[in-house]
Amino acid sequence: MTTYIIRRLIMTIPLLIGISIITFAMMQFAPGNPAVLDVDPDIPPEAREAQIEALGLNDPLPVQYARWMGGVVTGDLGNSYISKRPVVDMISERLPNTLILMFASSVLAVVIAIPIGIVSAVRQYTKTDYAITLVSFAGVAVPNFWIGLMLIMFLSVQFGWFPVGGVQTLNADFNLWDRLHHLFLPALVLATADTAALTRYTRTSMLEVKNQDYIRTARAKGFKEGKVIFKHALRNALLPLITIFGLMLPTFIGGSVVVENVFSWPGIGELFLTSVNQRDYPVIMAMTMFTAFLVVIGNLIADILYAIVDPRIEY
Amino acid sequence: MDQFNQAGKQESITPNNPETLGKHRSMLAIIVTKFFQNKLAVFGLIMLGIIVGAAVFAPLIAPHDPNYQTLIARLHEPSAEYWLGADQLGRDLFSRLLYAGQMSLLVGFAAMASSTIIGASLGAIAGYFGGLIDSIIMRIVDVLISFPNIFLLITLVALFRPSPFWLVVVFGSLGWMGTARLMRGEILSLKRREYVLAARTLGLPKWRIIFNHIMPNAIGPLIVSATLAIGSFIIAESTLSFLGLGISPPTATWGNMLSSAQNLTIFQTAWWYPLFPGLMIFITVLSFNFVGDGLRDALDPRVVEK
Repeated sequence: MTTYIIRRLIMTIPLLIGISIITFAMMQFAPGNPAVLDVDPDIPPEAREAQIEALGLNDPLPVQYARWMGGVVTGDLGNSYISKRPVVDMISERLPNTLILMFASSVLAVVIAIPIGIVSAVRQYTKTDYAITLVSFAGVAVPNFWIGLMLIMFLSVQFGWFPVGGVQTLNADFNLWDRLHHLFLPALVLATADTAALTRYTRTSMLEVKNQDYIRTARAKGFKEGKVIFKHALRNALLPLITIFGLMLPTFIGGSVVVENVFSWPGIGELFLTSVNQRDYPVIMAMTMFTAFLVVIGNLIADILYAIVDPRIEY
Repeated sequence: MDQFNQAGKQESITPNNPETLGKHRSMLAIIVTKFFQNKLAVFGLIMLGIIVGAAVFAPLIAPHDPNYQTLIARLHEPSAEYWLGADQLGRDLFSRLLYAGQMSLLVGFAAMASSTIIGASLGAIAGYFGGLIDSIIMRIVDVLISFPNIFLLITLVALFRPSPFWLVVVFGSLGWMGTARLMRGEILSLKRREYVLAARTLGLPKWRIIFNHIMPNAIGPLIVSATLAIGSFIIAESTLSFLGLGISPPTATWGNMLSSAQNLTIFQTAWWYPLFPGLMIFITVLSFNFVGDGLRDALDPRVVEK
């Protein structure tokens, strides 16, 4: 087991290096470096040259890459071109908001998807099952920004049930109810696709378990159907689902860009969009690296959990 | 998307239906029959027929010029004159939706074609030749697939501000990894099958083995993934356009229509404006997914006709 984890960890190192090279290369090919272009025309060319030199933009690419990677490894992601602040600070002050959103979404996804998935499996090939299947198809196909717009338009603007956006009421003191009230809609929108997918996974997993011999044994022993489903089937059906969480991470991170934009939620997704529009390269590079890193970690955790959970896997 | 569709797949393995055994029909006839027995797939196909037809024949169908601004009709509600209402510049929403469909569908199809061609070729090369080429291609896949897609898309699109053509190129070059993995897997498993070995033993030339024996069996999963890919590219394009990064006005796409509909006054007074473009995206993507899923079941020999 330990050797498996170590081997799996070592495998991620070339992956991370590849990710960093692509991120770096993309920025090199991108036009319109603000340090070079968007400067005050009153600044004399010599001063501009000096600034470019000071930023190290004249050095050979491998040198620039090595300097940047050296920074990344030691936790120094450079300073924003626009606000001149350390990128690490900018990300870390936004990160909690995104994490709260992602956490709330995964709670919603689990709370909604697992019971519905069980019902769908228990009532396989009934009208209920077909209806649930249909709705989960819809959940995957619907664009999340549009769902967000619809919820804001009908529930927030026209009915006034929810706030239009933001983390909390402006200039108000911390209030848990107010926070949750602001959190609900964005979390629901972010959870849409994964709830639909998780419902399908739960259904498949339950169906697989339902036909196992030990379930028939439990029934043969005369246990009530509820006990058979919840005590015998569910436990085993849920195990493989643990790993799905690692795989849900990319959709959560990707979705957060859109959802944070729609709901004016000040998280890293919103920071990313702003930086991209301002061509703030250090922030864009850091964000691209960081999110890819999270995905790699997510996959790693999923693989390791799967190995722990399923004793049939050999390492 | 792929994960989602995999999840529903396994339960469909049923023993051979005695009635269908012994009948000799062509593979295609069986596939077509199975496809048309799937109600959702047929529904999706009909919807797609209507949507694609409406987009193609937009100049004939549209009651108004999609870009003609009638200032007194600003945010006009749905009526006999403006079937689905009008937008904030007094342009007919129904006509704009038809023309927007042209762009959204075109980008979706073209992106699917380019990503499928790139993915299938690289996957086939990796699978067939193996060794170093295989390792290089698959490591590139591993790296590219680690970026949350939307981050790379947004970065590239925001920095390079591509025309629709280059947008398709960006989609193609970031969307091929799943197809490559799929194709490689197919080739790897097919090239070791007995019938391929038999073909080789008979002394058939390599190209005949690849084109006549391996490709026809690998094409099924490829068609399924291509169909499902169109839907996700349409979502990607509309997301980018919604964020103001994809295709910019005055060329209408469903996404940039939603972008200009994101406004508090419009939310208060003109519910039809944000509603219909999103509904079009939703129905279109749903239909592609239904068709893709139907194709998968129809092409899967383990799923037997009812």
